[in-house]
Amino acid sequence: MSGAAAENPVYGLMAEFDSPQELLDAAQKTHGAGYKQIDAYSPFPIEGLADAVGFHKNYVSLVVLICGMIGGLSGYLLQYYVAVISYPVNIGGRPYHSWPSFIIVTFELTILFGGVSAAVGMLALNGLPQPYHPVFNVPEFARASDNRFFLVVASNDPKYDAARTREFLKGLAPRAISEVPS
Amino acid sequence: MATQTQIPVEDQRPPVIEPGHSFSTIGEKVVNIVLKRPVSLGWIFGFLVMFSVMNVLLLAMGYLFLKGTGIWGITIPIGWGFAIINFVWWIGIGHAGTLISAILALLRQSWRNSINRFAEAMTLFAVACAGIFPLIHTGRPWLAYWMFPYPNTMNYWPQFRSPLIWDVFAVSTYFTISLVFWFVGLIPDLATMRDRAEHPFTRGIFGMLAMGWRGSARHWHRYETAYLLLAGLATPLVLSVHTVVSFDFAVSIVPGWHTTIFPPYFVAGAIYSGFAMVLCLAIPIRAIYGMEDFITMRHLENSGKVMLATGLIVGYGYFIEAFMGWYSGNTFDSFLLWNRLHGPYAFWYWGLLITNIVIPQVLWLKKFRTSTFWLWVISLVVLVGMWLERFIIIVVSLQRDFLTSSWGMYYPTKWDWMTYIGTIGMFLTAMWLFVRILPMVSIAELRTLLPEAHVHEGEEAHK
Repeated sequence: MSGAAAENPVYGLMAEFDSPQELLDAAQKTHGAGYKQIDAYSPFPIEGLADAVGFHKNYVSLVVLICGMIGGLSGYLLQYYVAVISYPVNIGGRPYHSWPSFIIVTFELTILFGGVSAAVGMLALNGLPQPYHPVFNVPEFARASDNRFFLVVASNDPKYDAARTREFLKGLAPRAISEVPS
Repeated sequence: MATQTQIPVEDQRPPVIEPGHSFSTIGEKVVNIVLKRPVSLGWIFGFLVMFSVMNVLLLAMGYLFLKGTGIWGITIPIGWGFAIINFVWWIGIGHAGTLISAILALLRQSWRNSINRFAEAMTLFAVACAGIFPLIHTGRPWLAYWMFPYPNTMNYWPQFRSPLIWDVFAVSTYFTISLVFWFVGLIPDLATMRDRAEHPFTRGIFGMLAMGWRGSARHWHRYETAYLLLAGLATPLVLSVHTVVSFDFAVSIVPGWHTTIFPPYFVAGAIYSGFAMVLCLAIPIRAIYGMEDFITMRHLENSGKVMLATGLIVGYGYFIEAFMGWYSGNTFDSFLLWNRLHGPYAFWYWGLLITNIVIPQVLWLKKFRTSTFWLWVISLVVLVGMWLERFIIIVVSLQRDFLTSSWGMYYPTKWDWMTYIGTIGMFLTAMWLFVRILPMVSIAELRTLLPEAHVHEGEEAHK
């Protein structure tokens, strides 16, 4: 556990909502009120929620693009090296660099690298696998994968103040507010 | 900025989810099959039967490794027998899973959401069955790794101009991407399982598999991008796999194989047999596990329509093959057509036309498309028909080619049949286990279909 977390035994405040609409509205209001270290949790993806918590751009597509290109290039270069440099075999007088035959493996490796990097890149950027996260300390959070929607304001937010933030969250009419131990 | 408050459902069609479900009941219904439902005697009995059939495969393979491929019916000129027939058949069946999960996702067909999970599982198991055949067909499967390019002391590299090496890459990529796609789709549902499991052991297992997924908005954002990209990558992949499989044939000069219609015709046939397998599994599963709410008549009818459409493409393929046999004026091509219609395997060719082309035409009638019984029967017929298609393509083409002195016949032996039936046992054993240990429909995706999952943008503009 890092020093900052040890100083601050509270991870943040968690507000619980009943519907995706309430969560989205609450997230927009909280972000609008100047809180930046916030996150929202839902059992399924909600359109616009990431924008509402101030997360606009992810780099998964960039990772996939780069890895896909690496896959395609390495596939083609591998075949070129094998067929022209390391192990040239003359088959029916065809040129060693018979590129049309190399398209398929190039294509397959592009897909393979791109696809695997989409999954691995998504998990890595999300910081998963993550064996411990403070939000799971709140018992009600088990329903975040069921039918409840949660908004968390982290205590490392510059605007965070235990009492005032709680008052603010109350104003959003949540079902419940709980403190998240870190 | 379009705001949407409910799912657009055309009046006449049955819904994708039966009314009356909430976020919670969807999860409960799917999760309880795994966590709460007691293991029934029927399940145990079925499992034992399937597991025994799978052991027939192990037996046949064990004897094969002891004796070599001589125990099969393959001879010269028919060097490709059951192994390749079954390989093509199984890998084709796998295609429906990827079509449902990737192509229909890109086309925003929301009805796919309740059948994609088990269709993807079906893909994985079918490709696993398919993969066995080329492996054991090599004769020395313990040296199969020679097909992969790696620096070795023999100073040898694979021949990249050979369609058989393309196959190695296509099939192994297909399996890997299908597995990744399936697992990525499972992650949020594994978290639901983790949160619902009561026993510490199940909780621990699902907890490890869910990897700490907590449904953060940031995570969902990356997740959706990754899922969309995977769908986008899997779409050309699935079309390429059976194309490459068809190249195994089309690149050669054997009459009946050497034709440019093979790639699209193989892909259509693959999807055809795949949807037949989806229906074949979905109809009993929805009845046994009470999934009629999620796998509605709409799904079954749509699958029937896909079968009808792809079946017609396959029929067009047969027609073009026959037409080219006549129109090319090539002696060997026109003889192939004659041999199919009147040769020693004519019975099976006519059987193929009846099972694959004639009988499925009843799907034009709504009465058959909306009857679970008839859909199930037709899907079985199509599965048989597609297997016969591969038999005809492989055996009849090789049986009598250019030199009459090298004509021959192909008779599968009991070991051929044991291997084939054994893979069906392996496939069903895996499905049997799958429905009891993992959520068989995608909970998170089904939830997004409920009207209350749709939100309006608030005062802050979107993007």
